[in-house]
Amino acid sequence: MRVIKNKSIIDDSWSLIRDIENTAPIPNGDVILPLAFWQANRDELLKSKKEHAVWIDGSTETESLLIDIESFAIIALDFPVFKDGRSYSHARLLRERYKYEGELRAIGDVLQDQLFFMERCGIDCFQIRDDKDIKQALEGFKGFSTSYQAAADDAIPIFKRRKFK
Amino acid sequence: MYKYDNYDQAIVDERVEQFRDQTRRYIAGELSDDEFRPLRLMNGLYIQTHAPMLRVAIPYGLLSSKQLRMLAHISRKYDKGFGHFSTRQNIQFNWPALETVPDILADLATVEMHAIQTSGNCIRNTTSDQFAGIAKDELEDPRPYCEIIRQWSTFHPEFSFLPRKFKIAVSGAEGDRAAAMVHDIGLYLVKNDKGEIGFTVYVGGGLGRTPYIGKCIRSFLEKKYLLSYIEAILRVYNRFGRRDNIYKARIKILVNDVGQEEFGKQVEVEWKSIKEGVLKLEQKDIDYAKSFFTSPIYDNRAVDDNSFSEAKKSNKDFSNWANRNLYAHKVSGYQAVIISLKAPSVAPGDATDVQMDNIADLSDLYSFSEIIVTHDQNLVLPHVKQGDLFSLWQALDKQNLATSNIGLLTDMICCPGLDFCSLANAGSIPIAKQINEKFDDMDYLHDIGDIKIKMSGCMNACGHHHVGHIGILGVDKKGEEFYQLTLGGSSENDASLGDRLGPAIAKTEVANVIGKLLDVYVRLREENERFLDTYRRVGIDPFKENVYASN
Repeated sequence: MRVIKNKSIIDDSWSLIRDIENTAPIPNGDVILPLAFWQANRDELLKSKKEHAVWIDGSTETESLLIDIESFAIIALDFPVFKDGRSYSHARLLRERYKYEGELRAIGDVLQDQLFFMERCGIDCFQIRDDKDIKQALEGFKGFSTSYQAAADDAIPIFKRRKFK
Repeated sequence: MYKYDNYDQAIVDERVEQFRDQTRRYIAGELSDDEFRPLRLMNGLYIQTHAPMLRVAIPYGLLSSKQLRMLAHISRKYDKGFGHFSTRQNIQFNWPALETVPDILADLATVEMHAIQTSGNCIRNTTSDQFAGIAKDELEDPRPYCEIIRQWSTFHPEFSFLPRKFKIAVSGAEGDRAAAMVHDIGLYLVKNDKGEIGFTVYVGGGLGRTPYIGKCIRSFLEKKYLLSYIEAILRVYNRFGRRDNIYKARIKILVNDVGQEEFGKQVEVEWKSIKEGVLKLEQKDIDYAKSFFTSPIYDNRAVDDNSFSEAKKSNKDFSNWANRNLYAHKVSGYQAVIISLKAPSVAPGDATDVQMDNIADLSDLYSFSEIIVTHDQNLVLPHVKQGDLFSLWQALDKQNLATSNIGLLTDMICCPGLDFCSLANAGSIPIAKQINEKFDDMDYLHDIGDIKIKMSGCMNACGHHHVGHIGILGVDKKGEEFYQLTLGGSSENDASLGDRLGPAIAKTEVANVIGKLLDVYVRLREENERFLDTYRRVGIDPFKENVYASN
């Protein structure tokens, strides 16, 4: 699977498991699992796998990840439709409040024109929607040379940068 | 007024190029309708009945003469020679072609204007008191705080895909002229018992399908926490606001569902984590914003010129105009002049390119090149010497801009309605015309006095009908236009939502019914009572009776 990571296109070994019964056997390989499945099989997973990845939807309370946050190499944030902006808040909370340093991956309806916002919120990996040109999507990071606000990208807000006379 | 520096200009210029590319990709078929829609809406571009409609932001309603000339130019070059000023102090162009919109935005950027976030499910243009900076009852000018909010909210990375649109208003005076109670966030500048100035915070007000008056969640917020507190509100809303039903997605529904107290608690919890962070304002940040909203240098001899009162005595038309169309300026010898965009023959709030150019010229001559757009869809020249009023009035009169009806029955609020808007169920402009035709006797209008008629062509309530003294809502009944009337609404300090008068009435009857309502008022009013006061004293029954009994 090709994804954008740190603004470059890379090949990536992780595959996303959207749906799986909590009682199903643990899938082999590098898999991004639904949070509920991961939590239901926590002990076994921690024993059997070296690296861990989960995905959450907009209604998941970010706080429910905290107890295991150190375990995750990837937290994938779902955008079921790109207009659903809840995962922007998840991203900022994970980065800024809970100091999560692993990968934050955008999945779902991930499109060029939202990448700028996503990146500023701390998302560093993007699984662009299948039918879109991933190379063209890279243009989405360009747009703006400066920003008014601080966010997870450590930008200093303009109001703190202005030179006062 | 606020002046762009390199940062502001770079952002606006880059936005033009970004939108140019988005428009190109849409026309080339690389973006679907659904993908392009939120992108164009975040730039104020709707697809409407006849053509796209472009809404251009006028922060706090404040325009320089140069900017107004640019709006005139745009209406001439890309539209049909007129623009429509909206109740949120913006301007709308009803006929631009999609492929020319990037060029319009580029033209606007040359005069520090844009269409950023004038629509879409994001934080909209922050609005304020149209008489900010000149009102006598002002505690503090609210516009520097609006500007601080504007910059924070522009392309906010977390809050650009909210459940629904989000509107913030700031009021700094005793009299609320910003309708702060019917905004998603309403902020009032207030003084606490220690003599410090801060904000009282209301949330969850709004009109539309399910109207609510805002609820107070913090009685005093220190200025330095303005942005962190708003960010906390927005984060709670972005996370927990409903996204399953567009009609239940505004913050007012969330506040109502979880309750005022619980919502306030959630905001406080969120706020505690961020209040001392990077969003905390220092005094110099506030002072910087304030430095753009300073008073012009007034002439202290203006008050000595008495020709104004002489002219009033000798000219009845001028005197009528001066009685209605002036607003008392805090500096004696000066007046704010309200230019009525409600002449009987035109759609309320419309101005032609020629009128805009002329008003720009008059502002250069008489008002330090400043113009303000009001919530009532009129324009204001904010600082006019009383000695200049007569010549200004004569100049306005030549342009059909001196209708003496500010605050009167014919100074109606009106959305574009079925004539332009694809959401509307019924016409608004034809009703305005009907009312103008029936009530064409100036003496009668002056006798009726202050009354606010507000009209919307559908329940989205762009014409704010819920808060009209008389509200008119267009509804569709089996393909026919009908009108639902409400009485007793107000958007001021005594904010209230109007009460339903009774069954909707036929299109041809609207002006007649208003006549019957006014008859009741004239019969029952006590000394100095406005229509709203009489209504509040006597209740709806006598009005109901007079309208429906005879039918």
